[in-house]
Amino acid sequence: MTTFLQSFRIALRALRVNKMRALLTMLGIIIGIAAVIAMVAIGAGASKMISDQIASIGSNLLLVLPGSVTSGGMRSGSGATQTLTYDDAKAIRSECPSVAQVAPTVRGSGQVVYGNQNWSTVITGVTPEMLVVRDWAVISGRNFTQSDVDGATKYCLIGQTVAENLFGDTDPVGKVIRVRKIPFTVVGLLDRKGQSPQGQDQDDIIYVPLTTAQRKLIGGQFPNTVGALMIQAKSAEVLKKAEEEVTALLNQRHRVGPSREPDYMIRNLSEILAVSEQSSKVMSMLLGAVASISLVVGGIGIMNIMLVSVTERTREIGIRIAIGAKQRDILLQFLTEAVLLTTFGGLLGILVGVAGAHLVAALVGWPTLVSVHTILIAFLFSAGVGVFFGFYPARKASSLNPIDALRYE
Amino acid sequence: MSEVVRLSDVAKVYTMGDEKVEAMKGVSFSVSSGEFVAIMGASGSGKSTCMNILGCLDVPTRGDYLLDGVRVGDLSRNQLAEIRNRKLGFVFQGFNLLARTTARENVELPLLYGRVPAAERRSRALAALERVGLGGREGHYSSQLSGGQQQRVAIARALVNEPSIILADEPTGNLDTRTTVEIMSIFQELNRQGITIIMVTHEPEVAEFTSRHIVFRDGVVVSDISHVPLTVPKGEVAS
Repeated sequence: MTTFLQSFRIALRALRVNKMRALLTMLGIIIGIAAVIAMVAIGAGASKMISDQIASIGSNLLLVLPGSVTSGGMRSGSGATQTLTYDDAKAIRSECPSVAQVAPTVRGSGQVVYGNQNWSTVITGVTPEMLVVRDWAVISGRNFTQSDVDGATKYCLIGQTVAENLFGDTDPVGKVIRVRKIPFTVVGLLDRKGQSPQGQDQDDIIYVPLTTAQRKLIGGQFPNTVGALMIQAKSAEVLKKAEEEVTALLNQRHRVGPSREPDYMIRNLSEILAVSEQSSKVMSMLLGAVASISLVVGGIGIMNIMLVSVTERTREIGIRIAIGAKQRDILLQFLTEAVLLTTFGGLLGILVGVAGAHLVAALVGWPTLVSVHTILIAFLFSAGVGVFFGFYPARKASSLNPIDALRYE
Repeated sequence: MSEVVRLSDVAKVYTMGDEKVEAMKGVSFSVSSGEFVAIMGASGSGKSTCMNILGCLDVPTRGDYLLDGVRVGDLSRNQLAEIRNRKLGFVFQGFNLLARTTARENVELPLLYGRVPAAERRSRALAALERVGLGGREGHYSSQLSGGQQQRVAIARALVNEPSIILADEPTGNLDTRTTVEIMSIFQELNRQGITIIMVTHEPEVAEFTSRHIVFRDGVVVSDISHVPLTVPKGEVAS
């Protein structure tokens, strides 16, 4: 330990002699580490934004949509016919063991009016399960109850965007708004969700009880049909199993067989969104990889200067060897010097990188995320660069012949 | 008196390209503890090669070198480093102190590689500096010292490990006459205290201060005679 401390001191002194050169040598590492930190921060910020959006959709979700139907020799496109029913939802809920919640929805759009304000928005008929499935909180007022659905009450929940446009700052709970000219009482205000991964404003929405929507607002070709089913599996592990169970049940209920194609389709939302998350991760890795090239260039700079330093100090090395320094001592001394250069450069680089990431966030408005994890890895990596690129010069120093080294002018 | 150095039929051959240069052609002599030996000869006579071998910086091609009874030829690079550190002290013509380093730190250097604890290093370095008359100058950098003072620091550095032998390679080569006398009288004083000194020189006036002259010519010893050393009057050193 004493020897390590000694080589540390010797290295520090050697670097102090040539402050300007040490700084310029470090610059490569500073830029390299700063670039890696900033790039990874930008990448991580982007993927955090995406995974937040994914979380805003809800977790472990399957989406059942109406499929194409062939009737009388004519094949109509997906969604042209409403083939799913509220009864399908109830059956899935009671018969599929891997399913936690089922939220049937019908969707439409229309004008909502409060006083002299009006706003065009998405009107969705839902059951109380919807908020559970989407992990959505009511910040003022209450959720629907089953009796609202059973009784087809004229209550509604409104999103933040709708609330802002109709009510401004006043609390909308208890107020009566007209949805497609029918008066509805606002019973709850939904928490803010922000943008969906597709870029839609998720807060621009009005929820009404499913039955109310079916009978009074949207109304499909057939009574009791629903536009889509949102299904939440009990966990990520049984998501695949839930999909199989739902498929089997719907095949049976819709009499799907060899001669009849399924009239519905199941989308695994988590899977789709995981793909976009994956692509943002690949992007951030790519950024990091490009940035680490500059780190390698910095490392080569360190090696270059260390080689110059070994040549310059040949005589000093000769003296040290002559009076009893072992190869290991000389190796350690130069290796310490290289590692000191790179770790100090690394520390400065981390500072510059973190500052850069904040600057990007402030100026360009991209979300950036600097993790302790990244900083730690960057620091260790800079030390690693020192060992890797310092080894060859250190080895060269330690294997000098003392007689030649002492005679070196 | 015990034998510190024994060379028996030592030869050293250098290969330079295709040519083989025989720098030493079978040299034998021994040095007892407490001697003050001058190795003399013209340049190319093999005296420097002999010094490198004596200093364990190089190993003989043929023959045996025993230092304190240890056969040096069989040792590894690291073992040689250890022998140099423990048993030998070097004084060079060009002083060879580390730049931007204080006198004390220069003297401490062999102790550093000998893994001596810091406090002991410090006290031994100060004592060694005292012995060469540089007490109070331990904080001076090499560049702040005169040639003679720098060589004294080098002698202190050679002394600090209490070596079996001090090897000096033209120690006065870069010094003026007055400083030469000063340095030689330090060597004489150390020799009187019982330290064995082997010195390479080509100047007969410097060799006058030693008690034995070994003369090299063309890689062999041509004469080996005892000599009554010239003593320096006390007053001359003080001035």
